[in-house]
Amino acid sequence: MTATAALTMRGIDKAFHGIPVLSSVDLTVEQGEVHALVGENGAGKSTLMKILAGVHTADAGTIELGGRAVSFTHPVQAQNAGIATVFQEFNLLPELSVAENVHLGREPRRGGRIDRRAMADRTAQVLADLGVEDLAPTAKVGSLSVAHQQITEIAKALSQGADLICMDEPTAALADAEVALLYRLVERLRERGVSVLYVSHRLREIFDLCDRITILKDGRLVDSVDTADITPDELVTKMVGRRIEAQFPERLPGTETGDVRLRITAGGNDYVDGIDLDVHAGEIVGLAGLQGSGRTEIAEAVFGITPFTRGSIAVDGRPVRITRPRKAIASGIALVTEDRKAQGLALHQSVRANARMVLDANRSVHSRQRLARIRGILSSLDLVSRGDDQEVQFLSGGNQQKVVVAKWLAAEPGVIVLDEPTRGIDVGAKHKLYSVIRSLAADGLAVLLIASELIEVIGLADRIVVLHDGRIAGELPSGATEQDVMAYATGRRTA
Amino acid sequence: MRTLNTTALSSTAMIYLALAGVLAVGGAAVALDGGNLFATANLVDMLTRTSLTGFLAIGMTLVILCRSLDLSVGYTAALSSLVAATTMDGQAANIPLAIGAVLLVAGLIGAANGAIIAFLKVNPFIATLGTGLIIKGYLDTEYKGPAGDVPAAFQQFGYTRIAFVPVSALVMLAVAGAAIWYLRSTRTGHHMYAVGGDIDVARMSGIRTTRVLLTAHVLCGMAAGVAGLLLAARFGTGSAEAYTNLYELDAIAAVVLGGTLLLGGKGGVAGTVAGVAILAVLDTVFNVMQIDPFAKDVLRGVVIIAAVALYARRQLDRTARRPRFAISEGRA
Repeated sequence: MTATAALTMRGIDKAFHGIPVLSSVDLTVEQGEVHALVGENGAGKSTLMKILAGVHTADAGTIELGGRAVSFTHPVQAQNAGIATVFQEFNLLPELSVAENVHLGREPRRGGRIDRRAMADRTAQVLADLGVEDLAPTAKVGSLSVAHQQITEIAKALSQGADLICMDEPTAALADAEVALLYRLVERLRERGVSVLYVSHRLREIFDLCDRITILKDGRLVDSVDTADITPDELVTKMVGRRIEAQFPERLPGTETGDVRLRITAGGNDYVDGIDLDVHAGEIVGLAGLQGSGRTEIAEAVFGITPFTRGSIAVDGRPVRITRPRKAIASGIALVTEDRKAQGLALHQSVRANARMVLDANRSVHSRQRLARIRGILSSLDLVSRGDDQEVQFLSGGNQQKVVVAKWLAAEPGVIVLDEPTRGIDVGAKHKLYSVIRSLAADGLAVLLIASELIEVIGLADRIVVLHDGRIAGELPSGATEQDVMAYATGRRTA
Repeated sequence: MRTLNTTALSSTAMIYLALAGVLAVGGAAVALDGGNLFATANLVDMLTRTSLTGFLAIGMTLVILCRSLDLSVGYTAALSSLVAATTMDGQAANIPLAIGAVLLVAGLIGAANGAIIAFLKVNPFIATLGTGLIIKGYLDTEYKGPAGDVPAAFQQFGYTRIAFVPVSALVMLAVAGAAIWYLRSTRTGHHMYAVGGDIDVARMSGIRTTRVLLTAHVLCGMAAGVAGLLLAARFGTGSAEAYTNLYELDAIAAVVLGGTLLLGGKGGVAGTVAGVAILAVLDTVFNVMQIDPFAKDVLRGVVIIAAVALYARRQLDRTARRPRFAISEGRA
């Protein structure tokens, strides 16, 4: 076939403040192809995508769309040329409706007035084309689930007449069940001849969805291959340049399951009910369940953000009344929150300031020695930064998460709750975090691990507690299959 | 209970309900005091109060929707009254010219505010505080007292009534209607919600955000100009002293009472009109009941804070997760 490629980028160079981020990168996406762009954080994926989106301009190189040379200095030019980008942080206005968001900046007019009916009709048409039936064009975006917000973004892209849709980690915020919906959407796009550039860390999605894979490392092109010609192991090797033997590290030698450190008895509030849960010293308990099943709500109850109003909590055998985060911290509980940027870090402050924040805020756990240990904790986590004075906003996602973990380890907690600790973090850093989680258990902490990616819970947890509709649906031993977990999570099976 | 009641109604409906409540309570209080809040003289007083704050608050709504602010409107209105009165100079024939001059000057002040905020990226609070001070300085040095002369024909704008409704209040309502239409049916108006909601999203969607912001500020300035015309009509002369009334704070209070989010992106002029009316009713009630000025300001302050605290609660209720086990808990 001699069809012109949908997108050809050649010899793309880009440097920020003299530091090269991309050097001579080539990328070709055929029409109607789903093309994966992979690489560790810092490999240059985001920069490449932002060049395509018109957010950044390349220092050198050419971009051709359907054989026509283009260059963008503003996002709107890229959109007009038929490139739409669905970023991880959605570009949506929560106070406006789906239809208003889909047509934002391009509202249809009749006689100089905005034609709201046409806006709703056209949106309904786009949604129908995507095979989405349960989303009303008049619904307020702020009231929608993450999955539906993402659909709104994709509908917006299509209604702009995009021929190429770039998706940045599209499943990062989706529960497993919602991922299936995204798969169907991507299939629909492929059928319609729309090309998709799919940026993701999740190998399974890449192999399920993508026709070709382009791998970047340290700003350079490693390879572009047909998905059929590569195995997941080979792909990981190409991405990180070293072979990660097993995806999940084994339980560390010397890890002993000891006494119960965290005990929840009949815990409940507005969002969850009848929660009975023990976590022992040295144990990693996984909390699984679909989006909205109450995983985060349990974490927030244990940490006193939205406390339990029924039942009781005991830490190390002592009953505690946790009504505020401060009390949780005093009881030796730590929470690594789901939303790192909003809740975990003061982004404009330094690594040092962030790492000592818990100690500084809680005199009861404060001590000179503990402060002095922070530097050691940071090095033990292999933090990569330009020094402890660097603002955390400039660190990669993985390194930011290490700062959050360090902040809590400094307080020497007995119980640590990790809510989606690896969200938006690249493969190498994920692996490091897995090892950290293992070593927390080895140090005798009780670890409660929440993750939407089932494979993480299965790979790391000694026991898996599955939630469904705010209640515990069942418990599974380590080594359970994804099918087992899903049976409980979807309510098909109950304990 | 509260959540059930509030989420069922739209924000604007709530505010009009609150207005009705204020009227009922105020009416009852005045009646207990032996008066009648709904006597013609009191109705005229209330409606007269709405027009001046109304013009300022309508313009203020536009800039606040864009997540901006204009603290210079009181000074702009005072300057406008002088421009109007000196241009008219007692001649009815000069009225159109004077109106044109006022709208031009006020619009330019708005444009300056918008440009400082949009291009120099100065925080709106500081930017408009600055322009306000500049105008104040000019007024203080150039005008030691009233200046200019407003012809009787134009003073009608300040005093004529149809039954108990002052013409100025009708003009204000017409302007409000136009603003509602503008926000809903024109692209630039609709885009004000986008700019205030998230300026990056707006920009990424191809909206010319600086133009939207500039437009909002120009319209806000012009609305302040109209308020200045009304001042001139009422006083029969231009008055630099007018700025001492801190009209801008009343306007902001009315906008916020009307349910427009100070952080932008949400609200509208319909609510603002109700906010203006609530303030006017309160003032009339205080007047009729002859409450001393100090207590009056205290009560106003309390009402404004309480209203905004209520909205904040409502905001939290709305964004919170839907409780799953709340009902069973209530029964237990």
